[in-house]
Amino acid sequence: MREITLSQAVNEALAEEMRRDPTVFIIGEDVAEAGTPFKVLSGLVEEFGTHRVVDTPIAEPGFTGIAVGAAMTGTRPVVDLMFGDFLFLIMDQLCNQAAKTHYMSGGKLNVPLVLRTNLGATRRSAAQHSQSLHALVAHIPGLKVALPSSAYEAKGLMKTAIRDNNPVVIFEDKLMYQEKAPVPEGEFLIPFGVANVLREGHDITLIGTSSMVQVCAKAADILAKDGISAEVIDPRTIVPLDEAALVKSAKKTSRVIVVDEGHQSFGVTSEIASRINEKAFYHLDAPALRMGAMDVPVPFSPALEDITVPTPEGVAEAARKLVRGEMIHAA
Amino acid sequence: MENGPNTNTDEYLRIYAQMARIRTFEDNANQLYLSAKMPGLTHMYSGQEAVAVGICEALRTTDKVTSTHRGHGHCVAKGANFKEMFCELLGKEEGYCRGKGGSMHIADQSNGNLGANAIVGGSMGIATGAAFSAKLLGTDDVTVCFFGDGATAQGLLYEVMNMAALWKLPVIYACENNGYSEYTKTAEIAAGSITARAEAFGIEAHTVDGQDVLAVNALSERLVARARRGEGPFFIELMTYRYHGHHVGDINREYYRTKDEEKHWRDDRDPITMFARHLMSEGIATAEDLDAIRAGIKDEASAAVAYALAAKYPDVSEVDMHVYAA
Repeated sequence: MREITLSQAVNEALAEEMRRDPTVFIIGEDVAEAGTPFKVLSGLVEEFGTHRVVDTPIAEPGFTGIAVGAAMTGTRPVVDLMFGDFLFLIMDQLCNQAAKTHYMSGGKLNVPLVLRTNLGATRRSAAQHSQSLHALVAHIPGLKVALPSSAYEAKGLMKTAIRDNNPVVIFEDKLMYQEKAPVPEGEFLIPFGVANVLREGHDITLIGTSSMVQVCAKAADILAKDGISAEVIDPRTIVPLDEAALVKSAKKTSRVIVVDEGHQSFGVTSEIASRINEKAFYHLDAPALRMGAMDVPVPFSPALEDITVPTPEGVAEAARKLVRGEMIHAA
Repeated sequence: MENGPNTNTDEYLRIYAQMARIRTFEDNANQLYLSAKMPGLTHMYSGQEAVAVGICEALRTTDKVTSTHRGHGHCVAKGANFKEMFCELLGKEEGYCRGKGGSMHIADQSNGNLGANAIVGGSMGIATGAAFSAKLLGTDDVTVCFFGDGATAQGLLYEVMNMAALWKLPVIYACENNGYSEYTKTAEIAAGSITARAEAFGIEAHTVDGQDVLAVNALSERLVARARRGEGPFFIELMTYRYHGHHVGDINREYYRTKDEEKHWRDDRDPITMFARHLMSEGIATAEDLDAIRAGIKDEASAAVAYALAAKYPDVSEVDMHVYAA
């Protein structure tokens, strides 16, 4: 199978959906000729024109609000939010308007909007360009949240997001844009709410999201050398969450670590771990563990930044302790 | 009174009736609040009727509006029915939003009302986006964004006016200047001129007497027609007054405005009384004709209130329905 970068996969997904549906358009800063700073959208304006690949002023609440209104009136906007950190700028439009419109209108109005943005630290971009804020939007009913973990996932989830009749926030790992993966030539979609078991195992389950799926896969490689068989699962979307698949794996292996790049406190790891502790309690040999990013603003210095996010070695070490029973009375 | 293009008797009487319907709706809503029959609270549109009616009478059903927390007037003027509106105010199943929105979120998409909004200035993006859609899809629909003088303090307005002007979107920003930003005089929260804010973006701006329904309608007819032809966006500042407090519970208001001031607007500047005088002096209607119109509206409102009070609440199984669209 051919291999393409995550960046090319997203570009293909958008181009295919824009060819299929003339109501799909892209709106955001430097999306047209510039193709975004990450060059994800290069070539789209040449094919679809400036009326469907719309460069905006630097005004995130404004263009997000415009997209919400456009989505309510017969179009399918894909909003390009250059950095996930800018979510804080658009909270009202996304969380008070887009997320609630369908519910507040008693189901009469839809907001089929995709918000493309990114997450991920260790790019030396400091505290305002490195955050992983997906827990923030996953907290708000009415929004769906997709976390692609490879080029293949990015293409399939993006196409599904565009066809969904709800606001979907899709976070791409900005460190993965140039990373290649096998992606089929033909059309395919990846449904929301269906977890992907990347690797089967029987001693421990490693649940990873987005950038942390690779971390979990590498941790599983390390553990295999120690004779520990790790199962690796990618939920793909955290809203909706394939809770059944995660609980099933937890019951099978009896040990779970949840790894996510958002801050650990009040985050995705907390939510998934507590669901597993509630629903698989009698099957567990130890409490499900959380491994998120440290609860600090992302520091600039490489010496500091690299220790704020989970690593394969760190996950493997925690897994060994779980398997040895050292975490049961850790408190 | 300025003579607008609507010289047809039926249209004049319809304008009168629409304003009277808003006033009657609000009188009933206020009574529901005062008699503790309505959950929560609401914001009265009384006094501002000429704004909503003068503008909405210039619109087609497929044209869009976005409304505000003080939104009953826009909803009625855009064609909504009393029955579904009162049901919504009381949280009943037959409300426009199945009781999930209430007074501050009534949406009536069948008449192009994209919804009231409880965030001050929160719908400015939505209105501009609806105009963006019309342009992209090639319809000639126009969108009117209603907001108050208080909302001119929100930054979102300046972001979306900038884009609307750059992209020549068919949107009309209708600023209802009722003199008060909640409990504070507009002069204390708005520096400089309100219309100059739009003009800074190259948007043609007008100020009009918001109590003169024919003046509002004549200006709106002109601007809507031009917006349809791609000459938008436009901005209108409509000078008006709200008779009630910021919300129905805002009863003692002397600390921010005098009773004399309120009396002056009610006695001398009431949009319905002023238009009634015009209709009679022009021989379009007699006092008896107008009395009959208002009596009919009162009966309709009483029946709708009685219906809504007796109507069913939504089943509890609806609580997690409509979080996501299929």
